Amino acid sequence: MVIIHKLPNRRYGMPGNASCPGCPESMGLRYLKMALGDKAVLVIPAGCSSVIQGIGPKSGINFPILNIAFAAAGAAASGMKAAFEVQGKDYIVVVWAGDGGTADIGFQALSGAAERNEDIIYICVDNEAYMNTGIQRSGLTPYGAWTTTTWTGKKEHKKNMPFILIAHDVPYVATASVGYPHDFIEKLRKAAKIKGFKYIHLHAPDPVGWRFDSSLTVKVAQLAVQTGMWPLFEYERGSFKLSPFSKKYKDPSKRVPVIEYLKIQGRFKHLLNKPEEIKKIEEYIERTWWWIDLLERSTNPAKTARELLNK
Amino acid sequence: MTILTLTGNYAVAYAVKLARVKVVSAYPITPQTTIVEKLAEMIERGEMDAKMIRVESEHSALATVYGAASAGARAFTATASHGLLYMHEMVWWVAGARMPLVMAVVSRAIGPPWNIHVDHQDIFDQRDSGWIISMAQENQEAFDLTLQAFRISEDPRVYLPMMVGLEAFILSHTVAPVDVPDQKEVDEWLPPRRQPYVISPETNFVMGNIVPDEDYMMMRLSIQKAMEAAKEVIKEVDRSYGKKFGREYGGLVECKKCEDADYIIIIAGSWSGEAKMAIEDLREEGYRVGVARIRFIRPWPEEEISELASKVKGIIVFDRAVSFGSKGPLFLDVATTVNGRTSLRGVIAGLGGTEVRKEHIIEVTKEFINKVEEEGRVFEPEYWLLPDPYRGKPLEEVAPRWW
Repeated sequence: MVIIHKLPNRRYGMPGNASCPGCPESMGLRYLKMALGDKAVLVIPAGCSSVIQGIGPKSGINFPILNIAFAAAGAAASGMKAAFEVQGKDYIVVVWAGDGGTADIGFQALSGAAERNEDIIYICVDNEAYMNTGIQRSGLTPYGAWTTTTWTGKKEHKKNMPFILIAHDVPYVATASVGYPHDFIEKLRKAAKIKGFKYIHLHAPDPVGWRFDSSLTVKVAQLAVQTGMWPLFEYERGSFKLSPFSKKYKDPSKRVPVIEYLKIQGRFKHLLNKPEEIKKIEEYIERTWWWIDLLERSTNPAKTARELLNK
Repeated sequence: MTILTLTGNYAVAYAVKLARVKVVSAYPITPQTTIVEKLAEMIERGEMDAKMIRVESEHSALATVYGAASAGARAFTATASHGLLYMHEMVWWVAGARMPLVMAVVSRAIGPPWNIHVDHQDIFDQRDSGWIISMAQENQEAFDLTLQAFRISEDPRVYLPMMVGLEAFILSHTVAPVDVPDQKEVDEWLPPRRQPYVISPETNFVMGNIVPDEDYMMMRLSIQKAMEAAKEVIKEVDRSYGKKFGREYGGLVECKKCEDADYIIIIAGSWSGEAKMAIEDLREEGYRVGVARIRFIRPWPEEEISELASKVKGIIVFDRAVSFGSKGPLFLDVATTVNGRTSLRGVIAGLGGTEVRKEHIIEVTKEFINKVEEEGRVFEPEYWLLPDPYRGKPLEEVAPRWW
C-alpha cells in the first residue's frame, strides 16, 4: 500500500523545467521517481518529455536520461538493460514515451522488445495526440476529438494498446492515470519487482491539447476513469483484474455519464449537440468493458469456476 | 597466432570475439547475415561472453547497441545496404552523441530494382554523418580493421563511432587465409573500453536534451575536430598494430608504387587488388602509374592526396557509387583536395556488382594518360565505364534502360 507521508519528500521536477501549466507528464515523472527511487534510468524518445527536461547541459528532471530518436526507445532500453546486466548492476531501465513513441512510430521497437520479454518497464504517457508538434492526431486520439489534423473530429477510435500488449504475452500490463497517483505508484513498485517486460499505460489529460483549464488536469483524469472511458486494471502473469478505483464502474449504472467528461474539454465541443456521435463513444465504452469482462473471466479460472457453481 | 581460412564475414566475427565485445545486436540482411550468425553461434557455444539481442529491425539494432554502449558496454552491430539506410537516423544519432562503437558494413547495392551485389552507394550515403568510415581490401584487413576500430573509436581524442566497410560477396562470402592472433595478444594490445560518459544512476547523466543553437554549433565543430585528431590516431594505431601483429597498412592511404609515379589511380575497397595488378602491366608498357588505395573515406586523407596531387601529371579516380546529379562521391573529395593542380578523370564503374576486370582498369587508365600526354591538362569529372555492349560509346549515344 502506498502511504503519502512515507513517499520521498525530494524535489524531482526541478525549477527550470519547461512543462506547460497543468502538465500531466511532469506529474507522472514525479510519481515515477517517488516510486522507483534512485535506481532508475530513463529512456525518452522524441516528445513533450524531450522538451520538459529544459535546456542542456543541465536538466530540469532529476533522473539519468538517455534521449533517443523517435522510433528507437524499446530498442535502446533493451541495449541499456543488457549492458547493466553484463556489468552486474541491477538498475531499472524505464522507457517514458508518448502516444506516438508507443503506439505509432515507436510501435515496432516496442513490440520487438515485448516479444523478446526484455527486462524493462515501458510507460506510455498517453495525452492522446502529438502534443509536442502541436496537437496532431495519433493512433491513440479518441473518436470525435478535434486535433490540428482532424478539424472535424477524428473518425476512428483509439487503438487499445494495453490489450495489444496483453496479446504479446508479457508478464505485466497495467493501466494507470495521473488522477490516481497512489494506484500508479503501487503499479510501478510491483512492476519493478517482476522480471521481464512490463507495460504501464498512463492516461495523461493535457490542458493545452484537450482544451481545458490547466487547473483541471486531475479532475479530467478522474472523470475519464469514472465515466468508464479509461478503466484501470492490471494483467499480471496471465491473470486480469480491475484496479480498486475502477471496480465499481463495471456496473454501467454506477458510471458518470460520458457527457460530463466530454463537455469540459474543448476538443469535443463540436460533438456536444450531436447525440449520434456521443452514442458512438458510449458504444466504445461498452465494447471496452465487454472485452474487460471477457478477459477477467477467461484469465481467472477460480473466479469462472465460482460463477459456474453459483449458476 | 593461428592461420584460419575464413570468409570476410567470419573474419569480422572472430575480431569481434577477440575484442571482448559484451553486447551484440543485429538484424539479418544479405550479405551481412553470416557475421551475426557466427557471433550467435560463438555466444551460444559459450566461446564468447556476450549478450546477443536479436532485434526486429536495423533501426533497432543500432539503437540497441547505442543503448548498451551508453550504459558502458563494448558493443557491435553489422548491416548492409537497405539495413544501413533504414538505420540512417540512428547513424547520425550515435555520432552526435559521441558514443564509441563499431559497426561492420558489408557494402551492397540499393534497390529498386533488387540487387545484392557489391556497390559502395550504401556506405557513401553515410559519408557526412560523423562516423569514421574505413574500407577493407581483403579478409585479413577486414579482421585487422575490426580490431583496430575499437581502439580508434574508444580513443579519448576521437570518441566517434566507426564503420568497417567490406564488400558484398567478394570479401563477405569468399574464403581466404586469415592470421588470427591469440586472445592474450589481443588483450595486451587492446585496452579496456573508454568512453566520454556513462548513463547510469551513478552518474545521473543526461544525454541529448535540447541545447542552445550556439552550443549545438560548437558541438558540431567538436566532431569536426575529433575527425581531424582521428587522422593521427589512425596512423598511430596502424603502426602499433604493425609492431604487435606484423601488419601495417600505411594509415589512411595505402600507396603502391606512388614514389616514382607520373599518374595515380585512386580507388577504395576490394577492386584495389585489380588496380594493383593493372599497374604492373601498365608499367611493363612504360606507363609509370601508382595506386593510392583509400582505406579511410572519413576522415578524408586530405594531406596524403594533396601531396600526391602536387607530384603527378594526372589522377584517375574509380567510384563504385554516384551522387546523382553530380559526380562520383570519391571523385568529389579528390577534386576538392586537388584544387586544379593536376589532370583528373572520375570513372564511375562496377555499379550493382557489374564486373570490373584488370583489363578494364588498364584500358580506361591508358586512355586517360594518352589524352593528358597529348592535350596537356585534362578535366573529366564523369567518365562512365559502361558494361558490354555499351562499353566505349559516348554517353549521348547510349539510351540506358530505365526499367
